[in-house]
Amino acid sequence: MPEPILEIRNLEMFFPVKGKVFQKEKDFVKAVNGVNLKVNKGETLGIVGESGCGKSTLARTLVGLLEPTAGDILFEGKSILGSGRKQMHQLRKDIQMVYQDPYTSLNPRMKAGEIIAAPLKAYRMTDNLERRVKELMDRVGLKAEDYAKFPHQFSGGQRQRIGIARALALNPKLIILDEPVSALDVSIQAQVINLLEDLQKELGLTYVFIAHDLSVIKHIADQVAVMYLGKIMEVSDSESFYQDARHPYTNALLSAIPFPDPEKEKKRRRLVLGGELPSPADPPSGCVFHTRCPLAQDRCKMEIPCLEPKDENTEHLVSCFYPIHHGTPVPSENN
Amino acid sequence: MLEVNHLKTQIETNEGIVKAVDGISFRVNAGETLGIVGESGSGKSVLAHSVMQLNPKPPTFYPEGEIIYKDRNLLTLSEKELRKIRGNEIAMIFQDPMSSLNPVFKVGAQLEEAILTHQKISKKEARKRAVELLQDVGIPDAAQRMQSYPHQFSGGMRQRVLIAIALAGNPKLLIADEPTTALDVTIQAQILDLLLGLQKKYGMAIILISHDLGVISQMADRVLVMYSGRVVEEGTVNDIFHRTAMPYTWSLLRSLPRIDGGHQRLIHIEGHPPNLLAPPKGCNFAPRCPFATETCLAVDPALSPRGEGHQAACVLTKEEFNEKKKEWEAVKMEGVR
Amino acid sequence: MLKKKRNLIALGTLLLLTVATLTAFWWLPVSPLEIDSTKRLNGPSAAHWFGTDHFGRDIFGQTVMAARVSLFVGLTVALIATVLGTVTGLIAGFYQKADFVIMRIIDGMLAFPSLLLALALVAALGGSVTNIIIALSFSYWPVMTRIVRSAVLQMKSAQFIEAAKTSGVSDPVILSRYILPNVLSPIIVQGTFIFAKAILAEAALSFLGVGVEPSTPTWGNMLQEAQMYITIAPWFSIFPGIAIMMTVLSLNMLGEGVREAFDPHAKEKIKKKKGLLKTPVSAR
Repeated sequence: MPEPILEIRNLEMFFPVKGKVFQKEKDFVKAVNGVNLKVNKGETLGIVGESGCGKSTLARTLVGLLEPTAGDILFEGKSILGSGRKQMHQLRKDIQMVYQDPYTSLNPRMKAGEIIAAPLKAYRMTDNLERRVKELMDRVGLKAEDYAKFPHQFSGGQRQRIGIARALALNPKLIILDEPVSALDVSIQAQVINLLEDLQKELGLTYVFIAHDLSVIKHIADQVAVMYLGKIMEVSDSESFYQDARHPYTNALLSAIPFPDPEKEKKRRRLVLGGELPSPADPPSGCVFHTRCPLAQDRCKMEIPCLEPKDENTEHLVSCFYPIHHGTPVPSENN
Repeated sequence: MLEVNHLKTQIETNEGIVKAVDGISFRVNAGETLGIVGESGSGKSVLAHSVMQLNPKPPTFYPEGEIIYKDRNLLTLSEKELRKIRGNEIAMIFQDPMSSLNPVFKVGAQLEEAILTHQKISKKEARKRAVELLQDVGIPDAAQRMQSYPHQFSGGMRQRVLIAIALAGNPKLLIADEPTTALDVTIQAQILDLLLGLQKKYGMAIILISHDLGVISQMADRVLVMYSGRVVEEGTVNDIFHRTAMPYTWSLLRSLPRIDGGHQRLIHIEGHPPNLLAPPKGCNFAPRCPFATETCLAVDPALSPRGEGHQAACVLTKEEFNEKKKEWEAVKMEGVR
Repeated sequence: MLKKKRNLIALGTLLLLTVATLTAFWWLPVSPLEIDSTKRLNGPSAAHWFGTDHFGRDIFGQTVMAARVSLFVGLTVALIATVLGTVTGLIAGFYQKADFVIMRIIDGMLAFPSLLLALALVAALGGSVTNIIIALSFSYWPVMTRIVRSAVLQMKSAQFIEAAKTSGVSDPVILSRYILPNVLSPIIVQGTFIFAKAILAEAALSFLGVGVEPSTPTWGNMLQEAQMYITIAPWFSIFPGIAIMMTVLSLNMLGEGVREAFDPHAKEKIKKKKGLLKTPVSAR
C-alpha cells in the first residue's frame, strides 16, 4: 500500500473582491473551493485545468505563499498550516517549487550560481557552498562555467534548469511544478521533461505537476486530477484516466487536443465545448460545469455532485451525476 | 494565388544582421490552408509579417526575392498601394488578441471603421454588416455586444472580434499568426472550428502559423517546416507527418508528448537552435541532428524533391534516411532491453 | 552611458565645478574675501573676470567658492532624502500594514508645498547650513518614499520574489538582495533630481533671507545681495545665476542619462524613435 506524502483536505482559498462603496457584504472569488487530493510518495500527481481554474492558487497554498481560507494540508501526516514561523521555515525546506516563466522567476541581478545558492544560504548550509552548487548545476545539465553568468545570458530551457537546480538545492521531498514546460519550445520541452523524470527516479522525489496540457501530463503523471472553477472534476490513476475518462469536461479537454497525426485526426469524433469559463466570483449553481456541459440535465443545475467512484474502480473518482460510460459515443456539438 | 520566390528578410540589430528569413520560396493556392510550423526564432512570424510588409523598415530590409500577388510584386509597391491590398485582399490575425484591439473604443465602432475603410457603403449599412460579421464569428447577442469595450470580452471572444475585423474586407487570403497560442485548449478548439467554417463560407486561403504540430495536422493541407530562417521540409500534411524526410521534422515529432501515444520516454533533441547572427557553416540542423555526418557540417543542403510536391533539405536521400531511421530504432530498442 | 556626449558634458561640468571649488584657495588669482573699496561694482575685466560686488570683492572667486556650500547642501540633502525615502519606501511597499501608516504620514507631508515647509522649518530652527539641510531633506524624502514604494509594489509580485520566499529566504535578504537592486534605477534618477532641486531651493531660501548666514558665500546669498544693484551691475546677479543654471541643468541631464542607461524600455523607445527596433529579438 503506497503511503501518501501529501494530503489536501477540503481546501478552500477565497479572495475578497472589492465590493461597491455601500455594499457591506463582500463578494469572494472562490479560487479553490473544497479540494481533496492525495499524493503518494515517489509518484507524480498531475493537476490539469484551463486558466482561471485555481490550479496555480492551489500550488501557492501548498508551498505556503498563501494562507488558505479553510481546510487542511498534511505533509507526512502532519498539518503544515497554522504552524509558527520557525516551523514553517523548516517545513518549506521539504517542499519546493519550480515556476512557469523562466524569464521572471530568476532575479535578473543575480548570477546563476548565486540564485542556486540562495536557498542554501537561507538555511545556513554554507559548508562547501560552491562545490554543492556546482554539483547541482551538473545534475541539471548546466556547465560549471555557467556559474558566473547572469540569467539574461541563458536560453529559456537553460533558465528553467537553473530554476530546477534551485528547487533541488535543499534536498526536498516534494516539488511543486507550476507549468514548468509551457513557456518552452517543443524540442526543449522534451529535454526538461526527461530531466525531471530522471531526477525523480534518482532522488525519489514526489511531484505535483500542474499543467494546462493533458498530453504533457500523460507522460509524467501517475495520478491525474482535473480542475474546473476551483473544484476537482475527476481524479484517477493515469491509465484509467486516459482510457476511461468519465467526466464530460475531461472528455472535452481530451478531444480539444489535436493529434499530431492527420489521418487519426480526420477520423476522430470531437466534442467541442460551447461557451466560455464563467466568472469564478459568481460560479453557476449546482454543478459548476453545467453551463457548458452537453449532457447537463435539470438536476445538474440544482444539486452539487460529489467526487465519488462510479464503478468498481474505487480510485477513479468523478464529480458528475451523468458520467460518460466507456464505449458510448460522445455526443457531438460540432455544427 | 500567392507566390513567394527566394525571399530574404534581414533585420539590423546592434549585434549584427539577423537573417530571419533566408531565401524562402513557396506558393499558396486559392482556398487551401498552408501551415507554417517552427519553433520560436525559426523566422515563421517574420515571414508572415514580410508577406504583409508589416515589418518596420528599417531595421528590416529585403535584399532579395519577390512576393507575387495577382501579378504584382508586393515588395515594389508603395505604402499607399499596399494599404489597398492589406485587409481587402490579404488580412491578418495575431497571437495576442488584447493588444491588437484599441482599448478605448467600442468593439462595434472598431469593426464599423474596418468595414468603412474597405467598402464604400453608408454608415447604416456598415452597422448592419458589422452585426452580421459578429454573428458569423459566433458572438452571441451580436447587436448588444457591439456596444462593449474590448476588456469586457474574454480572450477567445476578442480573437473572434479580430477575425471579424479581418473578414471586413472580404480577403482572399487570411494570415493567422499563432491565433490560438494564448488561448485555453477548449477555446482553441472553438476558434479552429470557426476558422474552418469561415474558410468554407468565404472561400479564402489561409496561411496558418503555429508552433503546435497538432494544430497544423488538424488544419493544414500543405505544410512548410521552418528551422533557423529556412524551409527544411515542404509537403502535404501526410507527407510531413507520415512520410517525414527531414531529420528535424522527424526529431520534432518524436519529442512531442502525445495524447494519442503511450507513456514512453520522450526522445528529446539535444542542444539549442542556432544563433541567427552566426549560423553554423553546413546544415543549420547538423549540430543537433542524430544522423549528422562530416558532410553535413560542411555542406549546406538545398531543398530537393522527395516525391510529388514533397521537398526536404537534407543530404540523405529518401532511402538512406529510412535506413538510418531503422538503425536508430534498433539501437533504441536495444537500449530499452 | 558615458558613450553619450550629453552625459559626458554633464558629468564633466559637475566634476570640474567640484574640483575647482575644493581647490579654490590654491589657484584663485584674487581672494574672493578681499575687500577693495576702490573697485566697487566694477564690470568684468582682465583682473576680475566676472566683475566686482558692492564691497569690491571678486565675483568670479565668490561664484566658485559659493559652489562649495551649494554642492554640499545639494549632495547631503540628496543622500539623506534618498536613504530615508528608500528605507521607508521599501518597508511601505513590502509590508501592507506598515504601508497604511507610512503612506498617511507621507501624504500629509506631500500636501504641503515643499518650499513652504522648508521655509517654516528654517524660520523655526534658524538659518544655518545644518538647518537648511535638515529642512530640505525633510521636505524631499516623502517624494522618494512614494517612488520607491510604487517600484517595490510592482516588483513584489515578480515570480523570483515568490521563488525566494519558497526557498526560505528571509525578508531582510529579499528586500536588500532581490528588491533593492531591481529598483535602484528610479532611486538614482530621483536622487539626482533631488540634488538639483535642493540646490535651487537653497538658493531660493537664501535669496529670501531665511537661508544660510549672509556671511557665507552661497549662490542664493549672492543673488540676494545683487538684487539691489541689478540695473547698475547686472553681472553681479547674472554670473551666480548662470552657475546655478549650469549645475542644475547638468544634474538633470545626468539623471535622464541614468534613467536611460538603466531602463531597457527607455532604450527601446529611443531606438524606436530612430526606427531601429520594433520587437526585441528575444520576444519572437
